[in-house]
Amino acid sequence: MPTETQISKPPSRTQAITDTAFRALCQGFTWLVAVIAVIIVLKIVLAALPAVRQYGLGFLSGQVWDPNKKLYSILPEIWGTLYSSVLALIFGTAFGVAAALFLAEGFTADAVFALLKIVNLQFHPFWGKLPVQVENLLSNLIELLAAIPSVVYGLWGLFVIIPLVRPACHWLHADLGWIPLFGTDLSGPGMLPAVIVLSIMILPTITAIGRGALLAVPTRLRMAAYGLGATRWEAIFAVTLPTASRGIFGGIVLAFGRALGETMALAMLVGNANVISVSLFSPANTLAALLANAFPEASPKDVGVLMYAATVLLVITLLVNVAGAYIVQFTASELEGEKV
Amino acid sequence: MPTAEIASQEPVSTNGKVDPSVVMDCNIENLYYGSFKAVRDTRIPVQKNAITAFIGPSGCGKSTVLRCMNRMNDLVRGFRLEGHVQFRGQDIYGPKIDPVAVRRFIGMVFQQPNPFATSVYNNVAFGLRLNNFKGNKAAKVEEALKSADLWDEVKDKLNESGLSLSGGQQQRLCIARAIATEPEVLLLDEPCSALDPVATRSIEELMKQLKARFAIAIVTHNLQQAQRVSDKTGFLYVDTSEGSRTGYLVEFGDSNQIFHDPKQKETQQYIKGEFS
Ligand SMILES: Nc1ncnc2c1ncn2[C@@H]1O[C@H](COP(=O)(O)OP(=O)(O)OP(=O)(O)O)[C@@H](O)[C@H]1O
Ligand SMILES: [Mg+2]
Repeated sequence: MPTETQISKPPSRTQAITDTAFRALCQGFTWLVAVIAVIIVLKIVLAALPAVRQYGLGFLSGQVWDPNKKLYSILPEIWGTLYSSVLALIFGTAFGVAAALFLAEGFTADAVFALLKIVNLQFHPFWGKLPVQVENLLSNLIELLAAIPSVVYGLWGLFVIIPLVRPACHWLHADLGWIPLFGTDLSGPGMLPAVIVLSIMILPTITAIGRGALLAVPTRLRMAAYGLGATRWEAIFAVTLPTASRGIFGGIVLAFGRALGETMALAMLVGNANVISVSLFSPANTLAALLANAFPEASPKDVGVLMYAATVLLVITLLVNVAGAYIVQFTASELEGEKV
Repeated sequence: MPTAEIASQEPVSTNGKVDPSVVMDCNIENLYYGSFKAVRDTRIPVQKNAITAFIGPSGCGKSTVLRCMNRMNDLVRGFRLEGHVQFRGQDIYGPKIDPVAVRRFIGMVFQQPNPFATSVYNNVAFGLRLNNFKGNKAAKVEEALKSADLWDEVKDKLNESGLSLSGGQQQRLCIARAIATEPEVLLLDEPCSALDPVATRSIEELMKQLKARFAIAIVTHNLQQAQRVSDKTGFLYVDTSEGSRTGYLVEFGDSNQIFHDPKQKETQQYIKGEFS
């Protein structure tokens, strides 16, 4: 039994109470988040129900949006949402995973180290730390991209990207116009500028999560590959990337979700035209941009229609996440061997 | 082609005279990690069909010396070696030699079992794929697993994850992976330190079988193990006289002699357990 001189004691009453309270608080917040999510979905779906009854599935397959004639359908927006997100995902993944690799596998630090070696400062107490610091600085800069407000991206797209790509677009359309991708000319806002900006917006998500997943691959696995005589690229492609694939893919799915729902920048850049076209230079529209543009002028009746569109966007996002989780599961068992 | 140069078969010359039984002659004058001198004056010949053990207190540079033998240290930023490692009549630290090529001829097994997160089969086939092996892969994998004494335990679960094996099985899987490409030298860094006594014994037996085919160099903390398995032993110790901690080779010789009749005072004390 505890005596006065003993240091070890059972937890005091206050400690026990704090512990219980802390656990209750964490649990409470967790449930709160879940409940809020359910309420949001419920509210939207309920608000959408009258419109769902009125317009039915034709809402999904028609191409007309005319509030004056009370004609509503969103196939062009569904197409624009998926097309812009998939394209942005392709570019964002290529650049994002490459950036993650360069930051996580020491390429950057090696380059700085080699530079320092030229001036023979590589072991200097101050300059010697530079390789690691440059690497951290670069990854912080990339993560900073995520902190730039959406509307700033939109403005940047309007005033920088569109003038920048326009000459190339003219040229591509004039010379290679027979390729459907270049089938129309860029007359200002359109799919391509939207996709470029969207790729940059989702890149930090892919890079940050990918870098984390790559850094979490145990060093001993890399050493095993090098020990067998793998080159750096062989070690990366045969061991590090497959081992980190689950995490990297998780980041990609998250980025896809972000791309599907991105609103402000797209509303400014995509052109807001009810058009279905594979041409990169054609104006288009997305569900999120439609909602942003239509809500301010919506009559109470229109709100129900917009809620229907919001529900469709929710369902698409949900399906993407479920499919993503499923693919992660599937590729993991392919790559890692069967679990017992 | 660096690979072709390493592949040229020539006996190693030691002090001018040719000793055909020495596969690798590792001669470290000074070895640095950045500005820290980790090892000095260490010369260890690794013989064919024999097990060469390094013993010594923690931090004396045993792993460092072992990693020197297949240029794994080159992966450490700031590593620098003054000295030579002769292998097949070549200095593997020569200017034209590619470290990657060196590692294909000298296999390594690490302290922690480190199978890849893939199937048992793919683990063993990894080296074969790297080397673009065109023959019968399945047969080679089976042969390597048999040599590593693991075949009977895994023959029905070649498609299961290598990580689903027990620790001892994982370590034997790593040995199978290392010997599948039939390297000339096999380096083992405390291969049993994460294993229980039974698994340790089975790896020791395995090493004795494998020495018929490979030259083996092993680092171990376990003096009994060094005594049980090794033919030659090198004792490394730490020199703290210059205010730094630099490892060096105190004594090298037949294991019998090192363990029963050590010549140097430091070796005697270490073997008797007077310091660790
Ligand atoms: N990658 C590295 N970078 C810098 N210093 C290192 C590195 N690896 C080892 N060292 C240093 O080199 C010295 C020798 O280390 P080493 O790992 O070779 O010792 P060891 O004899 O294998 O010890 P142990 O028995 O504990 O494994 C130590 O002082 C260690 O701090
Ligand atoms: Mg060690």
